[in-house]
Amino acid sequence: MSESAALRVALVGNPNCGKTALFNRLTGSRQKVANYAGVTVERKEGRFAAPSGRHIQVLDLPGAYSLAATSPDEAVTRDVCLGQFEGEARPDLLVCVVDATNLRLHLRFVLELQRLGLPMVLTLNMCDAAERRGIRIDVAKLQAGLGIPVVQTVAVRRNGAESLVQQLDSQMPLLPAPLPEGADLHAEVSRLLLSAVSVPERTARVDDAIDRVVLHPVFGLALLAVLMFMIFQAVFSWAAPLMDGIDVGAAWLGTAVGDAMPEGLLKSLIVDGIIAGLGGVIIFLPQIIILFLFILLLEESGYLPRAAFLLDRLMVGAGLTGRSFIPLLSSFACAIPGIMAARTIQDPRDRLATILVAPLMTCSARLPVYALLIAAFIPQQSVGVFNLQGLVLFALYAAGILSALLVAYVMKWTRRDHSEHSLLLELPSYRLPNPADIAIGLWERASIFLKRVGTIILALTIMLWFLSTFPAPPAGATGAAIDYSLAGQIGKWMQPLFDPIGFNWQICIALIPGLAAREVAVGALATVYALSSTEDDPSGSLIPIIADQWTLATALSLLAWYVYAPQCLATLATIRREGGGWRTVAIAAGYLFGLAYLASLITYQVTLALTAG
Amino acid sequence: MTLSELPRNIPAVVVGVQDVSAGDPIAVRLRELGFVAGEPVRITAHGPAGREPLLVQIGYTRFALRRAEAARVSVKLAEAQA
Repeated sequence: MSESAALRVALVGNPNCGKTALFNRLTGSRQKVANYAGVTVERKEGRFAAPSGRHIQVLDLPGAYSLAATSPDEAVTRDVCLGQFEGEARPDLLVCVVDATNLRLHLRFVLELQRLGLPMVLTLNMCDAAERRGIRIDVAKLQAGLGIPVVQTVAVRRNGAESLVQQLDSQMPLLPAPLPEGADLHAEVSRLLLSAVSVPERTARVDDAIDRVVLHPVFGLALLAVLMFMIFQAVFSWAAPLMDGIDVGAAWLGTAVGDAMPEGLLKSLIVDGIIAGLGGVIIFLPQIIILFLFILLLEESGYLPRAAFLLDRLMVGAGLTGRSFIPLLSSFACAIPGIMAARTIQDPRDRLATILVAPLMTCSARLPVYALLIAAFIPQQSVGVFNLQGLVLFALYAAGILSALLVAYVMKWTRRDHSEHSLLLELPSYRLPNPADIAIGLWERASIFLKRVGTIILALTIMLWFLSTFPAPPAGATGAAIDYSLAGQIGKWMQPLFDPIGFNWQICIALIPGLAAREVAVGALATVYALSSTEDDPSGSLIPIIADQWTLATALSLLAWYVYAPQCLATLATIRREGGGWRTVAIAAGYLFGLAYLASLITYQVTLALTAG
Repeated sequence: MTLSELPRNIPAVVVGVQDVSAGDPIAVRLRELGFVAGEPVRITAHGPAGREPLLVQIGYTRFALRRAEAARVSVKLAEAQA
């Protein structure tokens, strides 16, 4: 069946109407997730065959409250519905999805959509929830009142979308008769509800009961803190064995491929460049999946907007928004999914601020560097009930968070556009997350991450391998090969700049391969100090060497550097894609570099002065 | 009075939404979300810091609004009901 012969339908509806669950129910795993051309709004498309054999192509449009768009998401929905989106064919039919328990809000948008001149089907979704709450909907009356076919669905139930499939498989509905221009849509909704719907209670009692605890000023915040703590524990402890497994796997693959290949540049490129480089990034996949599992669970259950509600005031004080909470939380695992999660922030200014401060959250790639330096320089002693090494690690995390708040605060004052930022956040009903929807969501996240590893990160890895391999050391050279390479030359050339902050040329060289992924710097230091990087534990043998050769001031300065430094090209590439261009990248890299240099300078000079006396 | 001044759990009715500037997009959106004359409205919770944001029940939906947003909505107390 050719592409053009398929019926193109678009799912349209308010946020929280269960549209994506319905999309998953209709198309199963046959979906493609990409971005709309030119904007970072997710485009989801899938297809299925109706019983008659007819092919139906389904587009899941972003949730919107109205065609008067106030966010990039809503603008996409409006333009696609109007047939004005470049490169996107206008749908043949709109499937308007409404939450059967929230008709007062959702039907207004349906009436607005009726003006578009497209055939429409109305889908009353979550009919099970409506039934449980005693909401009675007279489908025949509603259908007559609206003049379009009305079907009932329960997207999370097997076969819950049968009625919609049958409707789509039958004759194309007639064009709806739009309300006259200037008609009061709210009044029309009220009239429809009065004639066709009876609602015993305006809200679900269970929602009110849960909200009394979850939104409580004390218990609510305590619950949020406990949840966050548990997520952190899970991300770091559950992922550890999987990450070790990937590490071992990458090392095994490197050895296996290495043994099978003749010595030479190609072997070095594949083993030291590609396998080691990509292995160092893929190792974060377990953490990303576990983190997104929790985020999806919280999102599907309806908790996330509550977290945003609780934290909004604090975040606004710093120039962010309650909605920044999830992107920043994600950034503790890795800034890349964090920056991608900023898509949910509607206000472009809030979104930019969130993207720019996300790299300040201490991502897990910094941990190996912190661990190395703390083990080498901070004595294992207790301070009161605390462990000094633990305190230093905590201070590094805290420095990142405080700096993020400070940077966001400064950005708030330097912005030219001082118009009001809006919140207008809907707190949907609580729902039990549906395992199939969670699984599909996780699969999407993982494949987006892996796709990125396979493209931009692969390219950067190969580039860095070239820099640290060429030119080859001259015959009879005694130092490590990297000394003679372009990276080595750049490192030595950089050294005067980094002298005031106490970095020797070895550190400068290590910073360059560290651009691929921060923790690679540890391996690079090992290489520079002429250790074999293929040893099982390069950092283990590195500790006595740097403890001997570096001053405490240099070590603390490098720690301070790592709190800020923008040396992660993958993050910068993500910022370019999500934040809209090189200017944002330049701002991010520039301010992070400036802060890193300043913090290291202060740390180094102060420590020097203190230790000299 | 405005919605931002309404005490918690006191039933009220929307009178209207005022634009603070010409074509105020936030006011337009509030009207679209159902803040229109005659709709019953109620504040059901406050955020933990500075009594902000407000959790507002309108229609069958709950929205979190900042004070500045809620200040655009004028309300009157609902007539006492049994």
